[in-house]
Amino acid sequence: MSSLVRNIIRYVLFILLQVFILNEVPPLHQFIVPYIYFLFIIWLPFNINRLFLMVLAFVFGLTLDAFTGTPGLHAAPCVLIAFIRPVLLGLLIPQETTEQSYAEPSVKSMGLAPYSLYVVILTFVHHFYLVLIEWLQFGNFIYFLGKVAGTTAVSLLLIALAEMLFPRKRRYKTNAA
Amino acid sequence: MKNIFFFIRRYFGFLSFLLLQIAAIILLSNASKTHEAFFSAALNEATGDLNHRYSNLHSYFSLKETNRQLAEENARLRNMLAANFQAPDSSRKAVTDTTLRDTLGHYRKYTYLPARVIGNTVTLQTNFITLERGTLQGVKKGMAVIGPEGIVGVVVEASNNISRVMSLLHRNSKVSAMLKKDNYAGSIEWDGVNPYYLQLKNVSKSAKVNKGDTVLTSNYSANFPSHLMIGTVAAISADPSSNFYLIKVKTATNFFNLQYVNVIANARYAEQTALENTPSKNP
Repeated sequence: MSSLVRNIIRYVLFILLQVFILNEVPPLHQFIVPYIYFLFIIWLPFNINRLFLMVLAFVFGLTLDAFTGTPGLHAAPCVLIAFIRPVLLGLLIPQETTEQSYAEPSVKSMGLAPYSLYVVILTFVHHFYLVLIEWLQFGNFIYFLGKVAGTTAVSLLLIALAEMLFPRKRRYKTNAA
Repeated sequence: MKNIFFFIRRYFGFLSFLLLQIAAIILLSNASKTHEAFFSAALNEATGDLNHRYSNLHSYFSLKETNRQLAEENARLRNMLAANFQAPDSSRKAVTDTTLRDTLGHYRKYTYLPARVIGNTVTLQTNFITLERGTLQGVKKGMAVIGPEGIVGVVVEASNNISRVMSLLHRNSKVSAMLKKDNYAGSIEWDGVNPYYLQLKNVSKSAKVNKGDTVLTSNYSANFPSHLMIGTVAAISADPSSNFYLIKVKTATNFFNLQYVNVIANARYAEQTALENTPSKNP
């Protein structure tokens, strides 16, 4: 399966999963909202054009917004993490070797510690910005702090589960392939 | 000039980031200003179609609960039938059906339009409900929506076949309400904490409120008929800084398994809102 087809399927699946399963989960608490859709942006290939990445993130966020009726609420944080992503990747991986030998960020391609750091930072930034926008519209400061902590914890748990359920065993790229 | 191009080229990534951010924020601020789901009718129809497919599947799992709700509503309505009230035999009843004006000179004010729920969220801070009934079937913006157990929300956007309802569980939702016992009015809002509880604000401290009292829609609302069930009082606290109570209300409607609702058309809605929104000419 080519990278393009795989990512198109992921796009659709992440939106459907978020809208029809996770958004339907009965809320345990005000602070706990399960978000995982932005894993799509985390998993995009290394060699994607920076501008295209941001436009793609914007469209992806708007697609989710179309279902929740909140235009721009999810698009803005998606664009932010798409903007930070290349910078973060540049800091965390030895550029020449990894980018040439693997297609996309994963535990295998980056190593456990750098990949975890990459996911934690992007998840935190996403939720921080998302809840900040929500907080500016309504709510108080305790709400802001609690919700950032709660949603980040739940998202990291979900991402860890996703990584374990779907180990993306991408073969080492060789010239022959 | 050359420097400008150089600058744009150098910071192209950052500038396009800013541009997209600004676009997102503008979309968001426009939408919350007008309290509306902003998206165009075409997009609404598209997501509505997907929602419809999903709800077809989903509705099987709550058939039992839906049946119970409808049976209870039927029983309640049967109890209100005129046939249950025995009057001395001198009375005569003229039955005319489906006319705008009955023989006593009453005009029909409210019409109930049944609609199916095909999309619903409860976990967000801004929750909307999608109905499969639109302008072609008589739904207009501003109409009230009630479920079998109590009120549900207000229509904020309607396309040809789909309409979007701002649920009571929306941070901007506001419905005029009153206590059933002594008719003290207040307004029902949601604080975003728990989808089982609403807030009843602006009820004067002279009202006698007890736990378990019924809260109904008031006479002051343009879209809701009066005396519709909203919920029951769950907790009462006196706001020390003002003259009002802050009352926690348990919703009568269970927002988790909404399947069928009624949209209420008020024949004089346009007239009333137009009059209320004209500024008074007298000094």
